[in-house]
Amino acid sequence: MKPPPFTYHAPATLAETLEVLAELGEDAKVLAGGQSLIPLLNMRLAAPAHLVDVNGVSELDVVDVGPDEVRVGAIARHARIERDDGAAAACPLLRQALRLVAHAVIRNRGTTCGSLAHADPAGEMTAVLAVLGGTVRLASAAAGRVTRRDLTAGKFFVAPLESSLRPGELLESAGFPRTPASTGTAFAEVARRHGDYALCGIAALVDLDAGGEIASARVGTISVTPTPLVVDLTDVLAGVPPARADLAAAREKVMAHVDPEADLHASAAYRRHLAGVLTERAVRQAAARSAHAPAERGAA
Amino acid sequence: MSAEHLHDLTLTVNGVPHPVSVPARRLLSDALRHDIGLTGTHVGCEHGVCGCCTVLLDGQPVRSCLMFAVSARGHEITTVEGLAGPGGELNAVQRAFQECHGLQCGFCTPGFLMTVTALLAENPSPTEDEVVEGISGNLCRCTGYQNIVASVHRAAALMTDGAGEPRP
Amino acid sequence: MTTQLFGQPVERREDPRLLRGEGRYVDDLGRSAAAAAFVRSPHAHARVLDVDVTGALNVDGLLAVYTFEDLPERVAQPLPLLIPHPALTHPRTQYALARDEINHVGEAVVMVVATDRYRAEDAAERVAVTYEPLAPVVGLEQSEAARTLVHADVPGNRGAHMVQQVGDAPAAIAAAPHRLDFRLDIERSASTPLEGRGVYARWDAQDDSLRVYSSTQTPTGVRAAIAAILELADAKVEVIAPDVGGGFGVKIMHPWPEEILVPWAARTLGREVKWTEDRREHFVAANHERAQEQHVSVGFDDEGRILGLDVTFLHDHGAYTPYGIIVPIITSTQLPGPYRLPAYRVEFSSLYTNTVAVTPYRGAGRPQGVFAMERTVDRIAAHLGLDRTEVRARNFVLPDEMPYDLGLIFQDGRPAIYDSGDFPESLRMLKELIDWDGFTAVRAAAAAEGRRLGIGLGCYVEGTGVGPYEGGHVHVETNGRVMVSTGLSTQGQGHETVFAQIVATELGVPMADVHVTTGDTRRFGYAVGTFASRAAVMSGNAIALAARSVRAKAVKVAADALEANPDDMEIVDGVVRVKGSPADAIPLRQVAVLSNPLRYSFSEEAKAATQFAAPADPDEPPIPRGEAPGLESRDYYSPIRSTFANGMHAVIVEVDPDTAEVKVLRYAVVHDCGNLINPRIVEGQIHGGVAQGVAGALYERMAYDEHGQLLNASFMDFLMPYATEVPRIETAHLQTPSPLNPLGIKGAGEAGVIPGAAAIAAAIEDAEGYPIMRMPLSPDDLFRLRREHAEEAAS
Repeated sequence: MKPPPFTYHAPATLAETLEVLAELGEDAKVLAGGQSLIPLLNMRLAAPAHLVDVNGVSELDVVDVGPDEVRVGAIARHARIERDDGAAAACPLLRQALRLVAHAVIRNRGTTCGSLAHADPAGEMTAVLAVLGGTVRLASAAAGRVTRRDLTAGKFFVAPLESSLRPGELLESAGFPRTPASTGTAFAEVARRHGDYALCGIAALVDLDAGGEIASARVGTISVTPTPLVVDLTDVLAGVPPARADLAAAREKVMAHVDPEADLHASAAYRRHLAGVLTERAVRQAAARSAHAPAERGAA
Repeated sequence: MSAEHLHDLTLTVNGVPHPVSVPARRLLSDALRHDIGLTGTHVGCEHGVCGCCTVLLDGQPVRSCLMFAVSARGHEITTVEGLAGPGGELNAVQRAFQECHGLQCGFCTPGFLMTVTALLAENPSPTEDEVVEGISGNLCRCTGYQNIVASVHRAAALMTDGAGEPRP
Repeated sequence: MTTQLFGQPVERREDPRLLRGEGRYVDDLGRSAAAAAFVRSPHAHARVLDVDVTGALNVDGLLAVYTFEDLPERVAQPLPLLIPHPALTHPRTQYALARDEINHVGEAVVMVVATDRYRAEDAAERVAVTYEPLAPVVGLEQSEAARTLVHADVPGNRGAHMVQQVGDAPAAIAAAPHRLDFRLDIERSASTPLEGRGVYARWDAQDDSLRVYSSTQTPTGVRAAIAAILELADAKVEVIAPDVGGGFGVKIMHPWPEEILVPWAARTLGREVKWTEDRREHFVAANHERAQEQHVSVGFDDEGRILGLDVTFLHDHGAYTPYGIIVPIITSTQLPGPYRLPAYRVEFSSLYTNTVAVTPYRGAGRPQGVFAMERTVDRIAAHLGLDRTEVRARNFVLPDEMPYDLGLIFQDGRPAIYDSGDFPESLRMLKELIDWDGFTAVRAAAAAEGRRLGIGLGCYVEGTGVGPYEGGHVHVETNGRVMVSTGLSTQGQGHETVFAQIVATELGVPMADVHVTTGDTRRFGYAVGTFASRAAVMSGNAIALAARSVRAKAVKVAADALEANPDDMEIVDGVVRVKGSPADAIPLRQVAVLSNPLRYSFSEEAKAATQFAAPADPDEPPIPRGEAPGLESRDYYSPIRSTFANGMHAVIVEVDPDTAEVKVLRYAVVHDCGNLINPRIVEGQIHGGVAQGVAGALYERMAYDEHGQLLNASFMDFLMPYATEVPRIETAHLQTPSPLNPLGIKGAGEAGVIPGAAAIAAAIEDAEGYPIMRMPLSPDDLFRLRREHAEEAAS
């Protein structure tokens, strides 16, 4: 299990990176954390002619907690974002989900942007991006001019392991909108072993009004749909306090919307069942974390 | 297939600079083991799951099988060979593993030692759950982990007693 | 004796080296060796039509590409059938490189040697093999149906068929007041040590000799195989097992194709060659174990006493039978466990499938047998509404019935006779440890919180320390070092420590003076290997016997020198002295000098042994007839038959009512392996075994699809548990010494794994309220079972 040969590029700046990527086009693959890419290379399941190592591009190593969003750069490691108290305060779902991404040692090297670019439907961060309504920023250069486009999860994720990233483009950063205090979030998943890809995972966002009644709710899914799916549960949950919410209806709605596939770890029926169970758990937990929740307020 | 381009670089391992000349695809684990000759870092799966190859990169544990040697340029690498004192005396973590029978065949052990060293540097008195979580990215086929968990607590106690600092 | 180290939890001698990263595993050696890689079949069953290596020839760094056609005649023969058996009527073994037919995914077709492994893999990738795919046989049902054959000349895919019986079980069952019939299934798993296999060979052309380092459980076996197949004198082949990163059974298999091909290539190329198995290769080219389908019939009385047991099982031995039918023989003979079976009949068919061959994995057929027996006892208890421990107690073989003859022939070809054990006491201890009687309240309290708990147990008896023999050599050097060697090898069991404890105790020397070498044919050439929980029993006793001989000689030599009576002598802290008169003493190192009459002196101490130094009887030879120079001895331990250890495990599980996840809350072990040499090491062995038991019950299985593709050939998908999945283990020891050997010990290596699946199945069954008849069990399996039982209940 040794990687095949490739030509190695280690640009020092973003401009240089985009130049190299533009020049190499389809033959190049970007190396960020490498925690998904290098196993594929070691197993010789991928053999790009060129690897563009962006780990030396310091301008991509950012976690920027802004007034509207938390923006993370292409080589911001999962671990760094997970530990960032500012990011966790602005957008608690980030830390809640990152704790479930593989193991701590993998998170020390792996990057959130890389995980999004990999577009694995079992990747927690895909659902986080989707359910929060965040965007990815794709940058490319042509004739010395840099072009950027921001895409939502719905536009970015195309199919399992397939995104709208074009040859020559770099996933430069991802932006996760701030979560208002009235909104609680949670990530619930079931994995065979701690740290494994989840058999099913649900990210939930529940907003309570000042009276403690559900104003809106939605969940994002992993491992039960080809790309992360956002199911709006406002219609079945809104207008009552969480304790009286019709979670069974929420469960049914999510189960009706997911389209799991069977693999060697779980049948489609079981994954669908988990989507329901975890929706209940995540919604309940998220609601309890809203600043307007009657008890256990703000716990993250 | 013609000869591959070799990259000349210096890897700093346990504080010692090692000039190597490697192809870009050379995994850091292989560079440490076969180019530099530090064979204490073991390779158990080469897809990042087992943790045997864990080393510290600027103090943070990472999988050396999921990194290219060329990417390690300019970073401080610490391997199991860097844990004991200059006379070979075991550090607190190593001593704890011996006292608690935290190893059997010894193959996974270097990866555990590196992970635990970083864990205790960040959290000197972890709870039971934190210890289990902290070592949960490393596989051991021999011990059933119980004595490894005990070793981590013992190491924490040894370090708190001032009986030994984790190196580095 | 001041140096009573036997029985003490001393720290391990091997640890400092391993902790400093100074262990030496095969791949740590031979930095300049060429690297081998293999082209392995992607098909489970196929004919090889053509191998085209031209694409590989221009790969930079390529040294050689070998196909079957390149192998010399002896190497081109099928590999040995290691353990022939009359019931194995259709044995088949593989070729070192596939000749014309492929029988499992992963079978080696082409060997590539290059300057490093990266380039070897580049070249292997460029070899084009043309296959004609054949219909594969996967799983026991397909194999038994035999619509397709794995080997065209093996009718019914049946390699072996065997029946053993005591009494007339069918008649006893027919006449019994109660009868139950059911089917059980256990899936495939594997040893999966963290270090895969590895072979490193150095050919010395000047000396016509070969040195091979292999990650093996039997260096002497590997040497014999290499010498035979490469047609070399045994004396010209050295095989060394350096540090071995776990074995668990898979590395007792030998010779692997690679263990022949790598040394052959080293000789052919005239340079060092090394092959380090990677993880993917290990999944598809190193052997597996476990899979069986069992059909049980049992007859019993109103009290739950078993009157007759009839078990027929199918055993999946994969594509080849290099290790004979040891695994199903063990299943069939260890199945009775601690129970008295007035009539027992067991029949098995060992079947071919197009999957990796099956050879022992820790437990070696016992987990399957125990699963059958313990599930049976639980079914009886459920049928009669009795407590499960009570039914067990009523069927136990009692201490006053020891030695107890099962009436069966064991895996060593000798009668299976339990030598000792106290099963009622073990059960009492287990019930106390887990608080069996208090569980009803625990369960009720949990239920009040909406939690679902269950308790179960599993009992086993394990034949350990099988023959034919092991040897030990103990040598006191003139510097006082005590050099000890034995031929079998070590994979983490702490042999360096426990053998040193034995020698220190027997000889009366400080442990620091004792140096142990295992698994090196240069040091000890006669050995069998490390398997069947035998190393401590076999080599431990052999070494103890050798140490006792050395002690006797030391006492005699010292008594002569001190003009004392040998019966009055003792050895304390490495000094031979007259009891009660410590001044009349002579250090062992000096005794070593005196035991070797010298012509040449090389040190101050050695002068005493030279020809003109000491008065001697001029009419006697310096070395009396029948004696040898040097303070050393070699001895062997060869038991009449195996010694039987036993144990009982109890488990409390929690099953999630919503997600069907299973969590082990408590795991209690009562273990009896006779006298303990080092309790700390025995505990460690139990912990590791239990972890593998939990793994085999809840996480690990080899998932083949209908095409014979192994779907989970990686650590991503083969779910070896992490620390987060293994429960804390509570242990208690009962020590019923074995009457069969000088140290009174029994084997402990495999014990922990044996009843895991049975005990966990019982606990889940208890929590869920319906029978669990198949292991392992995933949350998805449990989810499906819940639905089936809910539908049944509804209809």
